[in-house]
Amino acid sequence: MTSALDITQSVKAPRAVFVNFPLGHQTGKPNQPELQRQIVTDAMRAFDTITVPGTIVELPYVWDANDRAWENRDYTKGWMPERPQRELADTLEAERIAKYSRA
Amino acid sequence: MPVDYIPRTRDLYSDFTPYRWVVNETAPFTPLKTPIAECRVAMISSGGLMYRDQPRFHREDSSYRRIPKNARRDELNVWHFGYPTHDAEQDPNCVFPLERLRELESAGVIGELTDPVFSFMGGIYSTRKVRDELAPQIVDELKRAHADAFFLVPA
Repeated sequence: MTSALDITQSVKAPRAVFVNFPLGHQTGKPNQPELQRQIVTDAMRAFDTITVPGTIVELPYVWDANDRAWENRDYTKGWMPERPQRELADTLEAERIAKYSRA
Repeated sequence: MPVDYIPRTRDLYSDFTPYRWVVNETAPFTPLKTPIAECRVAMISSGGLMYRDQPRFHREDSSYRRIPKNARRDELNVWHFGYPTHDAEQDPNCVFPLERLRELESAGVIGELTDPVFSFMGGIYSTRKVRDELAPQIVDELKRAHADAFFLVPA
């Protein structure tokens, strides 16, 4: 699976399927199980269909037919949301551990 | 047009020593012995997924997590510094399609999903650590699981 075509071309994975979605969505949009299932099914079928080493199959899915602007923003300076400060992050982590140790 | 991530990485991390991308001349290739519908399929995601109270990832972390195949969505958490994790936190299937693979197993699209599945935090600067430390451990896992095919999902 890849959504970074140039990196996969450089690495030369044995076989790959490419979906042109922003990083963090290689197997689809959140809470869209049908789209996710189609992408993963296409990836599984590629195991049967690809016979030439290094082949990258481009999948037809479009992130947003009305807005290609994400392609200009993705992975550029200022694009990453602010991370929580260290103290807050540690609190969140302690809460996560506590949640499961209670269960 | 697909985004060119190699120059974008150079710009985004311009304060650091330039990352040395892996450039391979050829692609290794092992044909499947049977159709994917008869294969045992293993899965790994570099999205930084953790199961229940497994330790959180950190920067330059080349460890990996073994995640039970029957894990529920509310038992999964995400930590990664290098991509916006908001959507993956809402729905891990964006980068870790465990529920979808279980469905494809039930539907007979794949023979079997091996147990456990795997995740690591892919923002690792050292390609040496990935090649010499992480990858051999994963290869051992795949051999133990008798996997026929390996589905890698980067994030």
